[in-house]
Amino acid sequence: MKNKIKLLFVIFLILFPFKSLALIEVDITRGNLSPLPVAVSSLSSSENDREALQKELDIKDIGLEISKIVENNLKKSGLFNPLNKDAFLQKPDIAHLKPRFEDWALIKAQALITGKVNFQDEKLRVEFRLWDVLAGKEMLALAFTTVPKNWRRVGHIISDKVYKRLTGEKGYFDTRIIYVSEKGPKTQRIKKLAIMDQDGFNTKYLTLGNELVLTPRFNPTNQMVTYLSYFKNLPRVYLLDIETGMQEVVGDFPGMTFAPRFSPDGKKIIMSFAMDGNSDIYTMDLENRIVERITNYPSIDTSPSYSPDGKYIAFNSDRSGYQQIYVMKSDGSKVKRISFGKGLYGTPVWSPRGDLIAFTKLHKGKFYIGVMRTNGKGERLLTENYYQEAPSWSPNGRVLIFYRETKTNSKGEGFSAKLWSIDLTGYNERLVDTETDASDPSWSSLLSN
Amino acid sequence: MNFSKNYKNILLALFLGFLLSACATQTVKKVDSQIQGDVYTGTDTVEYLADGVPDRVFFATNESVLTTASRETLRKQAAWLRKNPDVTVVLEGHADERGTREYNLALGERRANAAKDYLMTYGISSDRASVLSYGKERPVDSGSNPLAWSKNRRSVTVKAN
Repeated sequence: MKNKIKLLFVIFLILFPFKSLALIEVDITRGNLSPLPVAVSSLSSSENDREALQKELDIKDIGLEISKIVENNLKKSGLFNPLNKDAFLQKPDIAHLKPRFEDWALIKAQALITGKVNFQDEKLRVEFRLWDVLAGKEMLALAFTTVPKNWRRVGHIISDKVYKRLTGEKGYFDTRIIYVSEKGPKTQRIKKLAIMDQDGFNTKYLTLGNELVLTPRFNPTNQMVTYLSYFKNLPRVYLLDIETGMQEVVGDFPGMTFAPRFSPDGKKIIMSFAMDGNSDIYTMDLENRIVERITNYPSIDTSPSYSPDGKYIAFNSDRSGYQQIYVMKSDGSKVKRISFGKGLYGTPVWSPRGDLIAFTKLHKGKFYIGVMRTNGKGERLLTENYYQEAPSWSPNGRVLIFYRETKTNSKGEGFSAKLWSIDLTGYNERLVDTETDASDPSWSSLLSN
Repeated sequence: MNFSKNYKNILLALFLGFLLSACATQTVKKVDSQIQGDVYTGTDTVEYLADGVPDRVFFATNESVLTTASRETLRKQAAWLRKNPDVTVVLEGHADERGTREYNLALGERRANAAKDYLMTYGISSDRASVLSYGKERPVDSGSNPLAWSKNRRSVTVKAN
């Protein structure tokens, strides 16, 4: 009976992949769904091309490596179960032309991904196909060309296309994470800005660690970043172009500015400015440099985050006596408290879908990452720990990345800070690999569409 | 002579004994008095701006209200600063690790300003004292326990010149 339901469900999925009632929506209410078995065949290539690419990139079998990127992405999403390649009966090149569906059904694959890599005129040309094994049909076929050094992105783009075709929602694999890399003892932490691919590869360090840096955030429309730097012991919000390395101070404030974020159109930075023990929220227009004061209240107002339509701002304030979450119109009017549960609430972040606000909650000595609707109703706590905070949404609003710190022992040893991700469902919690200790992650939007 | 020497020794022994017992009670007391409420009141981690002038004050969780002890420390700082009119200072505000990073930056700023305001009421002009918040970024004690947190919730007056 259970199998029948699953089978029906898969057929439904394949027949109506663009309906909003796809896999994902069901996942949200049901929480734990058995992942879809998928076979990712190695991408085939000619011996000549393989050799040429090995010289260029120092990779033995690029088709195999790309297929591993796809497998890894799909597996980490928690929605797919990539099958072991040892069980595959058909060779990659033949499978790509015409799969023998019985062979793939035999190993219980329900979807199959095949592909081919060519190396022509110094360009990488990749094509791939997604097959529905049970229906015996091709679901998707795409080809694209790029420069060889972008080869990992090819794997991510294939993952995004497959994810979208099978779930009906955009993927989040061809993205990057900007974060703060941490080293050294807790009392003198050295912090650098770092950026990496969503799967932990291609890490680059953007600052040297000479000054304290905190809370980097991506512009949702381009590759600009805003963050807090203690350059010359003046904590100020900076704007950084990660392509050119150019940076500048945002605004001319006579005191600390912090907690920056971009507006959804990428044209404004919203942040806190602290003066005489009072922090209020300000915006600066990046085109005309006009600064606007948004809140004016004798309390700490910080961690502002726009709604995706730009009409509202969620923020953190202790105007009631304790840290709570408030929502106001983007001009600062109609301030309304939305968090009323037990404990303290901080770091509200509006979902890219617009319907939820992620937050950090402190209650009875534990820290939680949770989500609530934008009116504060329907609070759901996803994960509990000694210390964790600062959720950031994947661009499709399915996954949250945040950081977690460990408790030290009685001698003050054993401190670490790591990035973690968790599904909106509260399932699929995973450590995100980073070269060093890490905190303050921010997820980029999709690099390609 | 002999008798008086013996007498002296006995006195000394008695005195030492008294000292020891005093020490014993004092150590017990010290543990009690290191955190009052949840504010650190001991002298561990405290450095001195000048002889007898402690450089820092401590705060309760999520608070920026100055305690009686803090006000006394700041009055000493103000008196010393009045005697040394060329000295400028930075008040560095800090928070413990049990709060979100951004809120703690604001809280550190609020604490440092509470200390600065008090110095100003004792005649220190605003341009001699600037404020710098480190939030939870620079703890003095890396422990994950109430005593460590209470030492870290502080405003430290640092010579700037």
